[in-house]
Amino acid sequence: MAKPHGELSHILLRHRDIPDIGQLEVYQQYAGFTAFRKIVTSMQPTEVIDVVKASGLRGRGGAGFPTGMKWAFTDTKNWPHYVVANADESEPGTFKDREIMESNPFQFLEGVAIAAYAVQAQAAYVYLRGEFWQLAHALDQKIAEMEAAGLLGDKLFGTDYSLRIYTHLGAGAYICGEETAMLESLEGKLGQPRLRPPFPPSYGLYGKPTVVNNVETLANVPLILSRGAAWYRTLGTEKSPGTKIFSLSGCVNKPGNYELPLGTTFRELIFTHGGGLPEGRQVKAIMPAGASSSLIIATEQALDTPMDYESVPNVGAQLGSASVIVVDDSVSISWLLNKTLHFFKHESCGKCTPCREGTYWMVHLAERITKDVTIADVTIADVTIAGDPSAEEVELLKSVANQIKGKCLCALGEFSIEAVLSGIERFPEDF
Amino acid sequence: MSDPERSEGNSLKYSPLAERYASEVQAILAKYPSEQKRSAVMPLLYLAQSQGGYVTKQAMQDIAGILEITPTEVASIVGFYSLYYDEPAGKYRIQVCNDLPCALRGADQFLEKLCENLGIKVGETTSDGLVTVEAVMCLAGCDKAPMFQVQTGEGLEYHERQTVESALALVESWGNQPHGEPNGETNGETSASPAEGEPTSPSEPMYSSPMYPSKEA
Repeated sequence: MAKPHGELSHILLRHRDIPDIGQLEVYQQYAGFTAFRKIVTSMQPTEVIDVVKASGLRGRGGAGFPTGMKWAFTDTKNWPHYVVANADESEPGTFKDREIMESNPFQFLEGVAIAAYAVQAQAAYVYLRGEFWQLAHALDQKIAEMEAAGLLGDKLFGTDYSLRIYTHLGAGAYICGEETAMLESLEGKLGQPRLRPPFPPSYGLYGKPTVVNNVETLANVPLILSRGAAWYRTLGTEKSPGTKIFSLSGCVNKPGNYELPLGTTFRELIFTHGGGLPEGRQVKAIMPAGASSSLIIATEQALDTPMDYESVPNVGAQLGSASVIVVDDSVSISWLLNKTLHFFKHESCGKCTPCREGTYWMVHLAERITKDVTIADVTIADVTIAGDPSAEEVELLKSVANQIKGKCLCALGEFSIEAVLSGIERFPEDF
Repeated sequence: MSDPERSEGNSLKYSPLAERYASEVQAILAKYPSEQKRSAVMPLLYLAQSQGGYVTKQAMQDIAGILEITPTEVASIVGFYSLYYDEPAGKYRIQVCNDLPCALRGADQFLEKLCENLGIKVGETTSDGLVTVEAVMCLAGCDKAPMFQVQTGEGLEYHERQTVESALALVESWGNQPHGEPNGETNGETSASPAEGEPTSPSEPMYSSPMYPSKEA
């Protein structure tokens, strides 16, 4: 039961309704930190988790895992616990967490604090990508303001609960958005993923139970606690409640972040909010989950598909982080693959051979396929190498991609082949 | 600050980093559990890099001493993460994103024209040592492309919704001619400087015509 846009003011990008909400006193005027104070002084951690479970909130980093369930998995036989906020936003096409932290930082930090109380962590880290250097310094100031106001520190609100939040800057590695690579990085090691299981709620930071949540996920939490799970469920769809920030980029007139109920159609996002495409251009393909996405053919049916976790797979992709890249009819898909593959080759951490070698060879093949030029055949020792990229090379690209599938510790390698396989299958005329 | 138990070892006789930035080092270490101080390696590397824009071998040894890990382990961090450098470059690193979403909005052309105007190729440094231009991966500014970040030893800042002119004006504001006397050190070709040469292409609208290769074209 998605609501049409207009009935809903923002619940995440609230600075668009309340411009100064990034100031502590303004945030508090709008009931900021009442939820955190309420839970610390009057609720058991398990009660907090139950509310988040009841809200149906699902992780906004891409996987869509139920947040309350993740918190409930935290091993209570092993202490201390940690919370790590994933602010490593690095997926090409994604720029939502940055806007939340820049403009509505206290709502995010209150979400961190609530998550920490729910799992009884006394230390939380915000892991920001290194490029967010200015943002990290701004957040440090906000955290200092919270400490000065008695919202962080020892024995909060007269209880025995203590909490501190720290920022930690990464240094330019996409892989650190993967939660176990992020934990390795936070431990001062190379950002390479761990073998799972065990998962972070049982074996996380320093081997201790750890909740890792995306920034947008955490920004949802304060309002869920203050307004209730039932209110939250009035937004979005039954299985995908709430609003979602859609980062719209690529070939549209008005790229940007749009907070809309889950279940809003691609058509509404691209044409009503994004202002459509420049005159004379048509949507050719949509990548709903950034560079990690399969390419959706922009049929009328696809444009009318609701953007929620259940519906997007019906048109052959995942919602992921909802970073919607619009590709128009002047773009060659083979050129596009060359772009995304360069990214994944650069960002492969090198730990798993299929991903490290596979992305390398896929880039080389994509380069040849993209270069639409005539090269003379070369014959060496009776073996002829065709100068022109041939259909065989497209087949070889598919073959390499298929050999990465399901053979790596994390999803990076898997993501690198989504556009390759869907692009070749769905847009054969471009190869 | 050094661990007294470690001082007998051979790795920490002298630690300029810990001496020069005593309070900063302490503040960084305080963020992590005392038995997990290896976590401080990344912030300490940023601290070391603030002196001159790259991490020296001496600084890596200092950090290794502070954290009780080997210099090789510190060097592996420098090698793995793209924002650390072990050799000097231009005082300002202009890092242009030309990943897919930015490329769909003209980032490749922006990068090419910017380099052309500065008389360098991507990855090179202007002959006066002021500016290095690099192509980098997504910077989470896709809706405001063309965009770049400027990295110096002191930190990073974003510049979004850029044109070649605005980028060149920024370079000028850094107070020097981007190409002083060509000394042949960094590159062979010099194009006219923006002040005296051909005007750069007029600001293109954010998105108007295809800016990317097309099979039909």
